[in-house]
Amino acid sequence: MIIETISFVLIGIGCALGVIGAIGIITLPDTYARLHAVGVTDTLCTFLILFGLGLQADSYTAVAKLILIFMFLAFTSPASSYALANSAWRWGLRHNQKIHIQTIERETPSRSNSTQGADQ
Amino acid sequence: MTIYFLVAGLAILIAMALGVCRALLGPSVFDRILAVNMFGTKAVLLIALYAFYSGRHDLLDISLLYSLLNFVGVIAALRLVERGKFFANDEGQDVVNSESSHDN
Repeated sequence: MIIETISFVLIGIGCALGVIGAIGIITLPDTYARLHAVGVTDTLCTFLILFGLGLQADSYTAVAKLILIFMFLAFTSPASSYALANSAWRWGLRHNQKIHIQTIERETPSRSNSTQGADQ
Repeated sequence: MTIYFLVAGLAILIAMALGVCRALLGPSVFDRILAVNMFGTKAVLLIALYAFYSGRHDLLDISLLYSLLNFVGVIAALRLVERGKFFANDEGQDVVNSESSHDN
């Protein structure tokens, strides 16, 4: 009984993290900010939901499959986030003009139209 | 016990709907790839939740397969955008770094 309670608490926290990441992907003003919101919350959301499901499993096969799913997602989610950010940066996508950092402003003082891919 | 699974599935469905919104109205192609990545991860979690909700643990195999397909799809789409530059040039942006200019 108490194991089920702990399980559903973990699943609830994981779903709340997922919804927070989804709100972040809608409301944040920049591609890199959206990538940060999703990439941070996604791994912990996966871990909490799969751990909460693993507490309810009644066979070792289901636990092994859940561990496989979690390990694969935990390895590939930061890798795909890094590949996405690296590809966007190498392609030339710059920060939004309203939230830029200072080194970008000193680097490109004259190219005011170089942020068209980031703002909307 | 059933209502908790339904609430968790509804929360994941809301997150997937918001991801689809960002994938539809994303200004650059990287936003769309990011939204599709998040959609795939949430689909994996939703399939795992449904496997425990219905009691059929065989659906976890489909969940594992979907996570594999998600990662391969994201990397393939990124390779296409970075090397082929098919969809990335449709916004009139001419800022391409010199280190990626020798790619063809």
